[in-house]
Amino acid sequence: MAQDSAILDEVVQNDYKYGFTTDIEQDLLPKGLSEDVVRFISEKKQEPEWMLAWRLKAYQQWLKMKEPAWPNVTYPKIDFQEIIYWASPKKKESLNSLDEVDPELLATFAKLGIPLEEQKFLTGVAVDVVLDSVSIKTTFQDKLAELGIIFCPMSEAIREHPELVKQYIGSVVPTNDNFYSALNSAVFSDGSFVYIPKGVRCPIELSTYFRINARNTGQFERTLIVADEGSYVSYLEGCTAPQRDENQLHAAVVELVAHTDAEIKYSTVQNWYPGDKEGKGGIFNFVTKRGICQGDRSKISWTQVETGSAITWKYPSVILKGDHSIGEFYSVAVTNHLQQADTGTKMMHIGKNTRSRIVSKGISAGNSQNSYRGLVKVLKVAEGARNFSQCDSLLIGDACGAHTFPYLEVANKTATVEHEATTSKIGEDILFYCNQRGIDTESAVALIVNGYAREVLNQLPMEFAVEAQKLLAISLEGSVG
Amino acid sequence: MTPILQITDLTAGIEDREILKGVSLTVNPGEVHAIMGPNGSGKSTLASVLAGREEYAITGGTVVFRGNDLLELSPEDRARQGMFLAFQYPVEIPGVSTANFLKTSVNELRKFRGQEPLAPAVFLALMRERMKLVEMDQSFLSRSLNEGFSGGEKKRNEIFQMAMLEPILAVLDETDSGLDIDALRIVAGGVNALRTPTTATIIITHYQRLLDYIIPDVVHVLWDGRIVRSGGKELALELEKRGYDWIKQEAAEVA
Repeated sequence: MAQDSAILDEVVQNDYKYGFTTDIEQDLLPKGLSEDVVRFISEKKQEPEWMLAWRLKAYQQWLKMKEPAWPNVTYPKIDFQEIIYWASPKKKESLNSLDEVDPELLATFAKLGIPLEEQKFLTGVAVDVVLDSVSIKTTFQDKLAELGIIFCPMSEAIREHPELVKQYIGSVVPTNDNFYSALNSAVFSDGSFVYIPKGVRCPIELSTYFRINARNTGQFERTLIVADEGSYVSYLEGCTAPQRDENQLHAAVVELVAHTDAEIKYSTVQNWYPGDKEGKGGIFNFVTKRGICQGDRSKISWTQVETGSAITWKYPSVILKGDHSIGEFYSVAVTNHLQQADTGTKMMHIGKNTRSRIVSKGISAGNSQNSYRGLVKVLKVAEGARNFSQCDSLLIGDACGAHTFPYLEVANKTATVEHEATTSKIGEDILFYCNQRGIDTESAVALIVNGYAREVLNQLPMEFAVEAQKLLAISLEGSVG
Repeated sequence: MTPILQITDLTAGIEDREILKGVSLTVNPGEVHAIMGPNGSGKSTLASVLAGREEYAITGGTVVFRGNDLLELSPEDRARQGMFLAFQYPVEIPGVSTANFLKTSVNELRKFRGQEPLAPAVFLALMRERMKLVEMDQSFLSRSLNEGFSGGEKKRNEIFQMAMLEPILAVLDETDSGLDIDALRIVAGGVNALRTPTTATIIITHYQRLLDYIIPDVVHVLWDGRIVRSGGKELALELEKRGYDWIKQEAAEVA
């Protein structure tokens, strides 16, 4: 233990000596997870005692849990002692303007196409940037504060708004919900916290860009969004990552709470490094996202465009507790080369006359495997529940796989549950037809895929829909011909 | 006058089977050619080979289109240079509206010619105008391409696309098949309206009846992979009256 501490001190005090893509000074913990590591993270973030206790409890739960084996994905066993659980940019003085931000960092953002400039303000988007583990800058906080809206890094929320965090964190995704949620709860680095007060309609789209930067560093974001009675918020999450050779673990937890008459719209455009054509490298993405429609007539809507990651394991879900509450899940999941995705949703109907809608569009190309896994559960008390599910699969080429695992558990006779599924293929005939109209094969695939995914893309805010369209085309480049 | 299309001794087949066994054909600007023949004579193969469908292997001969070696060009480059095929079986593309498909297509062709994309309003006005040629309702523009269209509507949509793309050479592959008499009249009306002195049309058909509405300059009979007889529009009438058997017999005697 004493030796461990010595290593810790050395690493923390010295500039990191090893190769990074971005030359920003960082400090890191050595590889591995222990109670000391959890304590170190909590201390680094100047957390109160209750937060540390919460983390330690999660850590103890995690120790007793096993990785889930049921997803339809295969990957080499992860050695959780080979992962670094803490890395943060070295410069920690708080910044007031962009001029104070490390120019190296700004250049990286520019490369990623993430404009942090004030132009964002003109387009009505506030940006909370997470580079590795510590939030660098939060914009427009003041403006939002006027409306009583809290939009800040999770670590700040723990210090500044402990009563809210204490009340809601782990209330939707308990620490021991699953292996990865327990891991996240023990070591989460940062993330976003949003609170919309009663009756307030958030005037701008809230947006966070995540980026995995440091080598061998798992990222464990923690996001919590609470919409109080009659409020509305639209939150956008977009991810990109530069090329990497080693597998990187990502295990985020997102919790949404919608009170009476509140609405939360959560949109994700995910484009992490998927690995190369041989399947080397790429991000392992094990995410737990869940929302609860706590109050009557509340609504939660998940929209996701998933094109990246070597492995995706993700089921954004809604617990429909309030009467007349609504849950929605719109998804486009693209897999190419050797990518594997096992993604879908869970809709838990508890309240009376609750409604859910699932639209899942899987696109498989190359040698990839794409699975939809969904559960619609209607409890005995859920009078008049209704669900509609549409699960479509589009195949490009004949070496890929599309799988559908729909589960329906209906315990109330008044429920109406509909499930539709289609499988189609972009065949030679369609491509030739497009070619004959002067459209080359790449453009034809883009046109067809965007048409196929339109119903989901339409759910995204305008500027993100355009971005997502481009992303779909880029992800499928070289998948035919 | 430089021909738009000059086919010389073209032989082509699929897998090991030779289907075209030496086709020669010259199409000049302003002309309408009809290619007739019984089932299996190679008519649709000829259309597919001209458009560049990959399954067919070209084993001999040349095809010159507007002075260039057509066989060297990709299907999309053939289209961009003004070759249009009205498909016998147009495909359905779910989720892609007719308007969006055509916008992509027209702008690809414009890009090839070094022109700017058409402004949305101009494009919409153009579509509305050209739809009238084939009496298509505007509601088709927002519907997915050919999805749920009747046979006749799909064929009209082909001619509408032709009107939008303004090809130099249009090849109509059995556009008349499956059409009732009203649809036939509408489709033919559209094709006639698009005739110009600088462009040409090849009509591939089984029956003579389309030629009542689109008067061809030359009629060819394709039999067993060769053009065995060419003549004026009266040849089509003769075929209608006498069938194909006498042609087959004549061809057999020549061989």
